[in-house]
Amino acid sequence: MTVKQLCEACGFVPAFPLPDPDKEVSCGFCGDLLSWAMGRAGEGCAWCTVMGSVNAVAVASLADAAVLVLCHDAALMADAAARAQQQGINILLTGLPEFEAAVCIAKQLGL
Amino acid sequence: MADAQDKILLEYQVPGDDFTRAGEASADLKARLKTLGFPAASVRKAAISLYEGEINLAIHAGGGKIRVELTPARIEMWLDDEGPGIPDIALAMSEGYSTAPDEVRSLGFGAGMGLPNMKKYTDEFEIASEVGRGTHIRMAVDIGPA
Ligand SMILES: Nc1ncnc2c1ncn2[C@@H]1O[C@H](COP(=O)(O)OP(=O)(O)O)[C@@H](O)[C@H]1O
Ligand SMILES: [Mg+2]
Repeated sequence: MTVKQLCEACGFVPAFPLPDPDKEVSCGFCGDLLSWAMGRAGEGCAWCTVMGSVNAVAVASLADAAVLVLCHDAALMADAAARAQQQGINILLTGLPEFEAAVCIAKQLGL
Repeated sequence: MADAQDKILLEYQVPGDDFTRAGEASADLKARLKTLGFPAASVRKAAISLYEGEINLAIHAGGGKIRVELTPARIEMWLDDEGPGIPDIALAMSEGYSTAPDEVRSLGFGAGMGLPNMKKYTDEFEIASEVGRGTHIRMAVDIGPA
């Protein structure tokens, strides 16, 4: 399923027009510690986190995550939003806790 | 990709304690490797490993220098700093060990997974360190078939 489809199915809100809406989502990952996400989030993951920093954007980019799902209405920093747009990183916003966002993602992925 | 005898050298300076700029070297390397046509899996491994090393230079060493050598067969990276050094390398290499201060942890760093990630995602990993003099890391990613 694509990031755009996932976004619509789970009621997430794009932080800015999705730079790569057709990117395939193949797995999910939850966690806020950057090195854990870097080492364990698989390629093509929807990464659920509360980290809306430039560093989280860097990790999403370098680890080839499909999309960063910012949960709990956590703040997306202005410099992070700018960096994500520049690097073509999809960011979705939701008020859902990470667990509930992950449950929706898992259902959509048929897990 | 480039001819077999072609070698590309890259150098980066990593500033100390600037966590918004840390990550620039790995982002640049990743973009170049993609453009040069290196296989995606190798690009990902090199980018992840270099990012962890870069963050360590910024957090733990007051900055440092990165050198990268690219050939069609491998991506080789050297990270050198003149920081405080690591007293017990085996301990530093263990998952979860971190001396990162609280303000760095609040940014999501300091999980103690950086050195283990670097080892996990590279085919060769060597670290040498002397307390009071600095730390030197060499790591290499072999390029598998695309
Ligand atoms: N370049 C370095 N200079 C000095 N100490 C370092 C360096 N790199 C790593 N270390 C030490 O090794 C520990 C483990 O590093 P790492 O696995 O990357 O975890 P983290 O960076 O999350 O603390 C660090 O907390 C630090 O004490
Ligand atoms: Mg580290």
